[in-house]
Amino acid sequence: MLTPSKVLDLYFLEARCMLIEVAATLDRFDRAVDSDTNGDGGDDRIEKLYESLQVLSSKSETPDRSEQLLKLFSGPA
Amino acid sequence: MQIIQPHYHAIARTAQDYERMAMSGVVAVCEPAFWAGFDRKYPETFIDYFRQIGEFEPTRAADYGIRHFFWVAVNPKEAENPELSREVLKKFPDFFEMPNCLGVGETGLHKSTANEAMIFEEQVSLAVEHDQLILIHTPHLEDKTHGTRRILEILEGLPVDRNRVWIDHAEEHTIRPILDAGYWSGFTLYPITKCSPKRAVDMLELYGRERILVNSSADWGPSDPFTLQECVCEYRRRGNSLQDAMEIFYNNPVRFLGQNPKFDLPLLKVEEMREEAEAPAEQPAEEPADRA
Repeated sequence: MLTPSKVLDLYFLEARCMLIEVAATLDRFDRAVDSDTNGDGGDDRIEKLYESLQVLSSKSETPDRSEQLLKLFSGPA
Repeated sequence: MQIIQPHYHAIARTAQDYERMAMSGVVAVCEPAFWAGFDRKYPETFIDYFRQIGEFEPTRAADYGIRHFFWVAVNPKEAENPELSREVLKKFPDFFEMPNCLGVGETGLHKSTANEAMIFEEQVSLAVEHDQLILIHTPHLEDKTHGTRRILEILEGLPVDRNRVWIDHAEEHTIRPILDAGYWSGFTLYPITKCSPKRAVDMLELYGRERILVNSSADWGPSDPFTLQECVCEYRRRGNSLQDAMEIFYNNPVRFLGQNPKFDLPLLKVEEMREEAEAPAEQPAEEPADRA
């Protein structure tokens, strides 16, 4: 098992990169909505992304965020 | 499609990169001087390094039909040693005379220390004195915002022609002041630490393509020279024309680098290339009857 500092040493930059990519994707979506003249506002996948960000930003009792996200993005069991 | 790699550290890469670049349309690479991963102790080590990227790398590139150009500089990390830096700077004019040397780069800042700023200023002044192009490295990660601002402040006090200065490694939080001040801006595509191909295309959509260069800065660390081709694909996938792609990934480097007459690649138009490709081949002269 890695120490907490080692986890950050190994994965901080990678996580930073992925978060910036998510931010860029949301910006891209917003610009597309703003410039679309046909009233295409996307669909509920964008809401799933925002819901997933809430899961990421919450302090969890148990480290199961990836499991929670997979359930969020899953169809009915 | 023809592509120019404007910022590429070939010394750190294998010949296979050259081969794959040639196969994917790269016709020229430009190699700025950079940090070797450790601080060099002797001026002569820099001089031999400049000889390697100025004399030897062009022969490796030529094996694959790629033109190779280079830049000389003391990088910001080693600029922390002013005595060593000044000894190296004395030799720059010898390299400016070479037929494939484009100017001073990549100079700039790393941690924005007083020594770094002093040697950066001296290198820019030397470039101006010798009418050379200038390529500037902006710092990494958490140091980028402050370092970019310091670079712009330092340049403000120097007699540079802003159209001959390329400030590289810009991202969403630093591109605007660079372009607003009239400099060229570069996006450097890395797998993790700088800009991604998708974000680069976002910025192209937001800021347009004027005074923008895109490069993949392949080096000895985690990097991927083909992020540039990935960016071309992403740009085309969003519905942009082949000519628009050529303007960014080929013609813009020609526009900036061509301000130094040594960089003599022509501007290209897709239509003219098509006409050339479709023109009937010249018929060989009829052979004399006695040789039939």
